[in-house]
Amino acid sequence: MADPHRASSGTGLDVDAVRADFPVLERQVHGHPLVYLDTAASAQRPRQVIEAMDDYYRRYNANIHRGVHTLSQEATEAFEQARRRVAEFINAPAAGEVVFTRGTTESINLVAQSFARPRLAPGDEVLITHMEHHSNIVPWQILCEQTGAELQVAPINDRGELEVDTMVAMMTEQVRMIGIVHVSNALGTVNPVAKVCHEARQRGIPVLVDGAQATPHMPVDVQALGCDFYCFSGHKMYGPTGIGALWAPLETLVAMPPYQGGGEMISVVSFEGTTYNEPPAKFEAGTPHIAGGIGLGAAVDYLESLGMDNVAASEAQLLDYATESLSAIEGLRIVGTARAKAGVISFTMDGIHPNDIGTIIDHYGVAIRTGHHCAMPAIRLFGLPATARVSLGIYNTRQEIDRLVEALISAARLFA
Amino acid sequence: MSALDSAQSWQDTLIDHSQFPRRHGELEDATHQASGENPLCGDRVHLQLQVDSRGVISDARFAGVGCAVSLASASMLAEHVVGLDVTRAGWLFAAVRGMLTETGEPAPGVPQDLLALQLVRRYPARVKCATLAWHALRYALEDIRQVATTE
Repeated sequence: MADPHRASSGTGLDVDAVRADFPVLERQVHGHPLVYLDTAASAQRPRQVIEAMDDYYRRYNANIHRGVHTLSQEATEAFEQARRRVAEFINAPAAGEVVFTRGTTESINLVAQSFARPRLAPGDEVLITHMEHHSNIVPWQILCEQTGAELQVAPINDRGELEVDTMVAMMTEQVRMIGIVHVSNALGTVNPVAKVCHEARQRGIPVLVDGAQATPHMPVDVQALGCDFYCFSGHKMYGPTGIGALWAPLETLVAMPPYQGGGEMISVVSFEGTTYNEPPAKFEAGTPHIAGGIGLGAAVDYLESLGMDNVAASEAQLLDYATESLSAIEGLRIVGTARAKAGVISFTMDGIHPNDIGTIIDHYGVAIRTGHHCAMPAIRLFGLPATARVSLGIYNTRQEIDRLVEALISAARLFA
Repeated sequence: MSALDSAQSWQDTLIDHSQFPRRHGELEDATHQASGENPLCGDRVHLQLQVDSRGVISDARFAGVGCAVSLASASMLAEHVVGLDVTRAGWLFAAVRGMLTETGEPAPGVPQDLLALQLVRRYPARVKCATLAWHALRYALEDIRQVATTE
């Protein structure tokens, strides 16, 4: 495969060993072993993540950054250790540059409101792409309503690839902010984010990268990408729901006003005024999702024990197999055929609505996503109201793809 | 008929209606009409009725795009409302909605083949597919000039 985005030094995974770490894979659904092909919506969690959270609740549950007692100190240390592990995972220069949030969506809203809003005036522009998830569209629309700025959308081609040259040409003096998805959740496209960031930097335009679908699937290096903000979610990368992160350089975070007010984000409060805490605490008002942070740290440990190069190599092989297998089904059309793709296959089948496909193959124990995948503009661009979507994770096997294919053929037969 | 048999027969009914929709098309002289949309799944249905001077639905047609459940439901609706007066059609809307979302027990008087719609009770995410056309019916009958949704 002569594809730079697939190039990997990894040799793959011992998938049987990986599967043994995921308790949910023992489940039967409608009398069949579960085939979970909806990892892009939410990954399953290995016992290492579940046990790390369980351990916190059972042995050292306490609030953090507050108490002088032993449990609070242990909890603080575990939470901050998780932050260090997350920072290392994305090659952030310092742990203090990682802000814990509720997830990618909150990270993007935080940047839109705290960083971008004070910098925008009527006539300014925010530039995104046609393949964004709603979470990287709507916060910018809200921002544009608030400031009088305009949202501009860089086009994609009929393979679902970003038209990079056009996007670069759209980086005019009016553009004050760029938001771009690293890996499309609806089409699987891997965007040339480093190039976009490089072009934007030359024009002094800050770039936010939505990395929700990238961190589970490939090594991510925020310094090599050259972005200004990187956002991702715990639950897409085998960690807990309700936790995610925002990375930005410390000087950027220092210059940004707080996003929410409350405890933790302050150093001194009086009724005359409040002195804010240093980042990242400045952006973590209120008691955070402590168990979630610890669980995310455990997910990072787990992925690094496998090696992200191996994860990427294994998924690339399975993606090729799945693409070939699905393409062989009569009347099946794959939507999103980018040359650089991660483990996501959106498709339609003649004569069967995606929702019916999803319901029918659930009876064979096969779980996939159907609908617009929270990326309505991208799906509608292909003239479709919805697609069915298979997304791959580290635990998926060729045998599972075979079961998917059998289930799809049975579904097609039902409507024949 | 065992539960399994009825599930099979309900499924056959739904697939038959989705593949061979009855009363599909347009009415040239509709007196009442409404559209329904489920933005989440992209299902859209447009329902047209002709109500005569006695208040009886003398004709009905539907058009739309969507999943098998939404099309089958619209087809069965269009078939069954013809001949009903508007009060009875309103009752049928409430009876079908109740059967799918509330009691689960079909009210006495619901036509036999509409019982097939009960299959979706096993798929909570799909109930709105089955109720979409029925909400459009209510909007058409009450002359509500908005796009009906199931929310």
